Amino acid sequence: MTDMSAIQSQTDVNSSGEDFSASVMSIEIGPAHPAMHGIVRFTTHLDGELIVGMDPEIGYLHRGFEKESENSKWIQIIPYTDRLNYVSPLLNNIGFSMAVEKLYGIEAPRRAEFTRVIMGEISRITDHLTCLGAVAMEIGAFTFFLWFIKAREYLWELVEEMTGARLTTNWTRFGGNANDLPDGFLSDLADRLVKLKDVMSECDKLLTRNKIFIDRVKDVGSFSKEDALSFGFTGPLLRACGIPYDVRRADPYSVYDELDFEIPVGSVGDCFDRFLVRMEEIRQSILIIEQAADKMPEGPFMTDERMMHYPDKKDVYGNIEGLIDHFKLVMEGHQPPAGEIYMPVEGGNGEMGFYLVSDGGGDPVRVRMRPPCFNLVAAMPAMTVGHYVADIVPIFGSVNMIGGELDR
Amino acid sequence: MLLEIIMIPAVLAIIKIMVIILLFAMPLGTVLTLMERKWSAMIQDRVGPNRANIGGFTGHGVLHLAADGLKSMFKEDTMPKGADGFLYLIAPFFGLIAGVATFAIIPLAGPIGNFTFQVTDIEPGLLFIFAITSLSVYGAVLAGTSSNSKFALLGGTRASAQMISYEVFMGLALMGVFMVYGTTRVSGIVDGQNEYWFGNLIPMWGVFTQPLGFVLFFTALIAETKRAPFDAPEGESEIVAGYFLEYSGMRWSAFMLAEYVALVGVASLITTLFFGGYHVPWLHLWENAPQWIVTILQLLKFSIFTVFFCWFQIQLRWTVPKFRFDQTMALGWKKLLPLSLANMIVTAFVILAFG
Repeated sequence: MTDMSAIQSQTDVNSSGEDFSASVMSIEIGPAHPAMHGIVRFTTHLDGELIVGMDPEIGYLHRGFEKESENSKWIQIIPYTDRLNYVSPLLNNIGFSMAVEKLYGIEAPRRAEFTRVIMGEISRITDHLTCLGAVAMEIGAFTFFLWFIKAREYLWELVEEMTGARLTTNWTRFGGNANDLPDGFLSDLADRLVKLKDVMSECDKLLTRNKIFIDRVKDVGSFSKEDALSFGFTGPLLRACGIPYDVRRADPYSVYDELDFEIPVGSVGDCFDRFLVRMEEIRQSILIIEQAADKMPEGPFMTDERMMHYPDKKDVYGNIEGLIDHFKLVMEGHQPPAGEIYMPVEGGNGEMGFYLVSDGGGDPVRVRMRPPCFNLVAAMPAMTVGHYVADIVPIFGSVNMIGGELDR
Repeated sequence: MLLEIIMIPAVLAIIKIMVIILLFAMPLGTVLTLMERKWSAMIQDRVGPNRANIGGFTGHGVLHLAADGLKSMFKEDTMPKGADGFLYLIAPFFGLIAGVATFAIIPLAGPIGNFTFQVTDIEPGLLFIFAITSLSVYGAVLAGTSSNSKFALLGGTRASAQMISYEVFMGLALMGVFMVYGTTRVSGIVDGQNEYWFGNLIPMWGVFTQPLGFVLFFTALIAETKRAPFDAPEGESEIVAGYFLEYSGMRWSAFMLAEYVALVGVASLITTLFFGGYHVPWLHLWENAPQWIVTILQLLKFSIFTVFFCWFQIQLRWTVPKFRFDQTMALGWKKLLPLSLANMIVTAFVILAFG
């Protein structure tokens, strides 16, 4: 027979120094494993099928975003932010630009803000669609996943229409957006929202009351309010625990205080609550988009402050101020006033904050991003221990770890 | 001369085996691999396989069957370091053999004189099926333990526990059928379903005499063949592929083929035991029907029902999520076991009371 000692690995000592009995088997889940969406490794200690310990190991997707930013001009950081949470890149663009605007102490024109709300909520929907689809797929509901991906495709076509790219959007600027609404965008948007609602109600019928699905996610990965707060949860996972904290309401930015929407909350914070919260947030985001599209004001999409955007070519060639602005913006870049700032926005996974330090020069002194899923991944051992190995899948799926955002 | 040789029972049995396996079970199993991909594509708003072509001819994806087969044959047959060589090499074939052996006792059509459309009509009948399905456990267990992989070991453990448990309910669920038709012999059960209630109104199919038994047996069979929603042993999202994780090439294909042959086996067993087998209902009303037409109709009826239940299993797989392993076991021991015992007792009382 097989050499059992190879299968039943030697007694393990996990990071906390706890000694497991010899019957514990350690398996490496990740870095390359079907359930690991990004790249992360969970050294999981099993007693039979029961998880008795877990050591997360992150950092496989570390690209040095923060250090790289210190060696770039401010405006050059925007494309880097696309690669943070690559499922909802527009939210990162918006978050970073708003942080720099806060540093400058200016605001983008209202039309730009409403457009940002629409694009941000579209990104939030795509984020949630991807996450829910992945959870469902990994517990066997593959059809649900593909229907959601189909719906995501409708929205990504809108993103492509607006920004010219599906993922590497690079769309916001300091004090506005790269471009105005394309022709016919709002009517396309209305069409796509109707299609999206169809898919949502279809998927609702398929899965939300399915007995097998509920059995798989109910009471799996439950988390109390206190634990969630002490781990620093934000976003859908915190709301699933019953705490209605949403940056859009708690610290309203942009024009969210003019829009009417609700913050869905769960009760016990298990995977089923997380599923329902995300489903409801998609519906609320649809409402927000509809309201923002109705209220869309006329006006400029870019601030007219000097030294915030490249002057028009006729100014560059026509008058001395335009020429100097253009020269200084190209050679020295944007120069926000010295100071430090923290600007949180509600990302797909929770509070996504940018902490910026400026010395008044063309390069940032420090760019730090608070990745919402860092705290969630840190809680993986606390959420999984005591569950079965198959429960890693819905728990980790609902954490919605995005490697780019986690490892930066 | 040739006819005499053919009519020797042993030779005849071998010919029947060849015909049933090579013309019915294997082709249907192979075509189902394609049909599953096409059907699932339809469910999921996709196109499905359509790229393999010879000079532009794709045949709606039929050529993918050849492409898949060729690919598997030319792939390297790998063996992980530290694997138990002999067991590792033979494990894939247990499931395949067990799946194919199921067809030995299934009649495809009614007998013509002495000639039966069945390899053998042995007295134990369905007990043979139980014995054979027990064998297929070895495939999963040996593959799991001999691969020297922890994921495979977990999959093999799950598979063995699940298959051994569900055999119990499979047997108990069928007790009612044995009682109603008074035999375990397959031809007896099939002929018993050719009787009618209320004159010629309702055929005495197993699904009408044993509705609960049908549901229980179907559930147990799907679990026994490890199809979704009972595919925790494969658990592709948490234990990657379970017990056949380390296999490649044709040995991997053997596992896949075994799954699809078992799919056909399940469908034909259900047809035989609960849907009148090959008997076309109300056909006896047509007096003096030519024998050849009757046989063709019977073959057709059997095939249509079999394909329908294959489709049903595929539809099931792409519609529902899968159970967690402990939920599979809980469903078996806490729900199916009491239900099948109750079904057996109620059936016994009804038979005692009404004859």
